[in-house]
Amino acid sequence: MLDVHTIRQDFPVLQRKVHGKPLVYLDNAATSQKPRQVIQALVAYYEGYNANVHRAVHTLGEEATQRYEEARQKVADFINAPSLECIIWTRNTTEAINLVASAWARHHLKPGEEVLTSAMEHHSNLVPWQRVCAETGATLRIAPLTPEGLLDMDAFRRLLSPRVRLVAITHMSNVLGSIVPVEEVVRLAHGVGALVLVDGAQSVPHMPVDVQALDCDFLAFSAHKMLGPTGIGVLYGKLPLLEEMEPFLMGGEMVREVTYERATWKAPPFRYEAGTPNIADAIAFGVAIDYLKAIGMSAIRQHEIALTRYALQRFAELEEVQVFGPPRAEQRGGVISFHHPDIHPHDLGTFLDREGIAIRAGHHCAMPLVRSLGVVATARASFYLYNTEEEVDALIDALRKAIRFFGRVGTPR
Amino acid sequence: MAQDTSPAFPMDELDELYREVILDHYRNPRNRSPVPHADIASEGQNPFCGDEVAVQIRLEGERIVQVGVQGRGCSISQASASMMGELLKGKTVGEALGLSRRVREMLQGKALSPQELEELGDLEALRGVSKFPVRIKCALLGWMTLEEGIAQWRKGASTRR
Repeated sequence: MLDVHTIRQDFPVLQRKVHGKPLVYLDNAATSQKPRQVIQALVAYYEGYNANVHRAVHTLGEEATQRYEEARQKVADFINAPSLECIIWTRNTTEAINLVASAWARHHLKPGEEVLTSAMEHHSNLVPWQRVCAETGATLRIAPLTPEGLLDMDAFRRLLSPRVRLVAITHMSNVLGSIVPVEEVVRLAHGVGALVLVDGAQSVPHMPVDVQALDCDFLAFSAHKMLGPTGIGVLYGKLPLLEEMEPFLMGGEMVREVTYERATWKAPPFRYEAGTPNIADAIAFGVAIDYLKAIGMSAIRQHEIALTRYALQRFAELEEVQVFGPPRAEQRGGVISFHHPDIHPHDLGTFLDREGIAIRAGHHCAMPLVRSLGVVATARASFYLYNTEEEVDALIDALRKAIRFFGRVGTPR
Repeated sequence: MAQDTSPAFPMDELDELYREVILDHYRNPRNRSPVPHADIASEGQNPFCGDEVAVQIRLEGERIVQVGVQGRGCSISQASASMMGELLKGKTVGEALGLSRRVREMLQGKALSPQELEELGDLEALRGVSKFPVRIKCALLGWMTLEEGIAQWRKGASTRR
């Protein structure tokens, strides 16, 4: 059991009020809040040892470089990467996926070959593959979902032919919460010789993820969804792949030797990190990882399963409200998308905001998936380690109030 | 405890946003039938939220004689578009653009004279949207679609000449 009361004390923003009501922050799938420790790490860097990394001989530069590389080691340990050379800093998950599309896929895909993804991908794990397939003549295939919103494994197996060179798949849907059995996906994909890129933006913040156990070839995730700052993300890649891939961006920091005519590249991870990196946010991300590790990812996962189970029960009381995604809390992350037939999600979002409750309304950067649910948009509540059953109750009470409010003018003719 | 830095909105600001006339237009949108052989036809989307509005207009000379408005989306975008359709009938294209400007001014919080408000008819009910900056683009969707359609029509008219 998490000591949620104590945890909440670490998050300054959770103490504030919105429109006179205590903030109930249920938009964690978009971005998480930050504990004081992370915010202080940013201040400590800028006030105490702000300097560029990997070039200065002075004390500040040494301190900055040491903390920055320590943060990389923390990330490697957190996902059980075999070495810190496998950890590439990016801006976010999107950039990490684009890095693979640009540095691997564009050079390896050929006409007649295929990239296989799923029907529940975020635009960031769909649009890069559309583009790289258009550029290379490869074909993009989409694995469908079961009626419950889980990956249809039978269909996936059928689509997984030897033509597939890459499987690009989410670990946890940001709309449905559905968890993909990545270990099995990887085993099957490797069986036909395909690589696997896992979009871990929603999974790495919320459950234990071990890249060696999964045996995935790439894993992408963002700091800002896991208590860290915006502007820093990670691409994990298996070292032999990173050693043979082409660079992503060209410039300083990624070169070994440069003449006026040509340049040679550094080894990974620096080959993929051109220019001055996001030093402060990388260091603060390391502190966020310390925070999560101290609480324990299994404990966080258990807390969110319990909270999601409770929320699904409470949602079932609202007869007209449709809830999307798998019915059992164990099959999903703490993400609940829902829809009321007579109230548009944006109107719900505005109403709930007046009650101090922050949810997301829209297509969640997954337009094809949301359309396939038969709606233009959904409302979405998503949880994290600091959320409570009382906050779920506040959401349900406010939804009842909204249904009364918008129902005061007759139903459609 | 951190201070509540957001302006204190009493509950009646929500009533002010969602006036009954808005919910009525949302539940019962007017002029829903598409207009065949329209002179002006345009479709607009708000890529941020996926809301959609389509407008068709039949003209006699420069005067609007028939309007069709369809769409999917939130109450503010759909009610605004429905009210727009009601108001456009009988207006000239130039007057329609004038109304669009006035609606924009109202949504941006500019005080309008009683006479100007009266010209806006039911649309006056959208005044409350100005207090909700993130929702202004919802109220404008229909009007931007109209302006786009008129611009296309004018371009076509100039090439026809």
